[in-house]
Amino acid sequence: MSAGATPIVELRELTKRYGDVLALRGVSLAIAAGEIVAMLGPNGAGKTTSISLMLGLRRPTSGEVRLFGLPPTDRRARSRVGVMLQESGAPGVLTVRELIGLFGTYYPAPLPVEQALAMAGLEDKADARVATLSGGQRQRLYFALAVGGNPEALFLDEPTVGMDIEARRAFVAAIQTLAGTGKSVIFTTHYLREAEELATRIVVIDRGIVIADAAPRALMARVAGKRVAFTVTQPLPADAFGGLVVTALDVSDGRVRFLTSEPETALRRLFERGVEPHDLEVTGADLEEAVLSLTRRPERA
Amino acid sequence: MTAPLLRMLGAQTLAELRARWRIAAFSMTSLALPVVFFTFFGLPFASQTFPDGVSVGAYLLVSFAAYGVGNVMVYGFGIGVANERGMKVDLLMRATPLPPAVAVLAKVLVALAFALVSIVVLIVYGVAVGGVRQDLTVWLQVIVRLLAGSLPFVALGFAIGYTAGPHAAPALANLIYLPLSFASGLFMPVSQLPAFVQRVAPYLPSYHYGQLAWSAVGARAEPLFVSLAWLAGYTVVFLAIAVRAYRREETRKFA
Repeated sequence: MSAGATPIVELRELTKRYGDVLALRGVSLAIAAGEIVAMLGPNGAGKTTSISLMLGLRRPTSGEVRLFGLPPTDRRARSRVGVMLQESGAPGVLTVRELIGLFGTYYPAPLPVEQALAMAGLEDKADARVATLSGGQRQRLYFALAVGGNPEALFLDEPTVGMDIEARRAFVAAIQTLAGTGKSVIFTTHYLREAEELATRIVVIDRGIVIADAAPRALMARVAGKRVAFTVTQPLPADAFGGLVVTALDVSDGRVRFLTSEPETALRRLFERGVEPHDLEVTGADLEEAVLSLTRRPERA
Repeated sequence: MTAPLLRMLGAQTLAELRARWRIAAFSMTSLALPVVFFTFFGLPFASQTFPDGVSVGAYLLVSFAAYGVGNVMVYGFGIGVANERGMKVDLLMRATPLPPAVAVLAKVLVALAFALVSIVVLIVYGVAVGGVRQDLTVWLQVIVRLLAGSLPFVALGFAIGYTAGPHAAPALANLIYLPLSFASGLFMPVSQLPAFVQRVAPYLPSYHYGQLAWSAVGARAEPLFVSLAWLAGYTVVFLAIAVRAYRREETRKFA
């Protein structure tokens, strides 16, 4: 690979074991400069573990990690990366401004403190001691610390947890601004709307492996596609869904819901099998449903 | 490209200094305690002299100065490191390009600065209030020796900080450091301690630390190299404990 095309981060056949638990089971991934990557997946899927390994905060059980082509603990690599982690703390007796200024000195070309404060929406709290911040404000502080070093790439683990709606909106705007200036962002989230709004690429992790890796639009086109819902007055025949590829099938109180990429075929078969749908709805699945359909095994009733 | 280490060290030291200063209870205690102890245990005898002509006031003053410096190191690092671990600041710093050695060095510099202030405050107090008289060169020698010899107490602080949690650290520091100081003759001369303590004292780090100060004011003491050898040995032992505890935590948190 030529020097110009060195990925921001590259994972090769990465596994990670915690005691008896295999948290990652062979993850390979390369993220190029300028990408905005959302890592999605259920709790415990391996998102945080992946980020920790990318940053050299944990060591892989096997496989290899490269951050800007270097070992992730290398100071030259760390100097190009801004990080926001879950559950980290900050020295409480310093003020917000002091801490952002201090972190700036760790990086070769930091942003002016005022600019980092503004990006995080913390101007009002600049002279407050860190210990006095609320949970949401603290989260903004961590964001300010991550961007304050003016790094080429940001790694954000669940960045919007604890933020209120307004703060989250400001955060999304800040990420979009950063993306506009060519920064790379890798973030994990539970809020699929954020992924949809921000990401140029979505990586879905489930049970320690990457089960999907595509642009949001492509992801939605590839999986599921349509959500079908209807009501039945009589119980479904036992083999109603035999041979049909549907996911996220749910039947409750006579209302049948599922995801499928071929709604026409599915409905034709159901008619043929004597199912009489009422109140039929066929809608495009949103991202949440697309991801849901990926993280559940296809059900063949 | 990386940031210049010296700029990092400067900023880190300033931040540590601010943080330390703002925890007034801590910084004031570390400055006030030696003065308080000297007032009760030293002042009453300040004008007396030992049979060999050494000023009792000077002897006790430098004893409490030694106690004070050790106190700054053991409590500062013990409680400071335990608190940072408790607040998960270590997690935050770990992902930055700040080399751990720079962070540690900044802490040591700030601790040395506080220790220096605590010695100077005590000496000024002893001279002004207790009428203790020594040449300036003697006081300077006391300061240099006590600061240079404080390394084992830095290491002991780290050992405590990485072993105990934020709640247990102050108690553990007290439990270790206070008896150590008493038994080493930092509060009253070793010759006045119970016999069994007198037998134990020569094996304690603070005893050999005290020797550095006592010989500076002219008291009979072991040769300097013997004191330094003991202190170096204890530094290695305490560092080994600290590194072990640090590694154990690394494995637990980050492996």
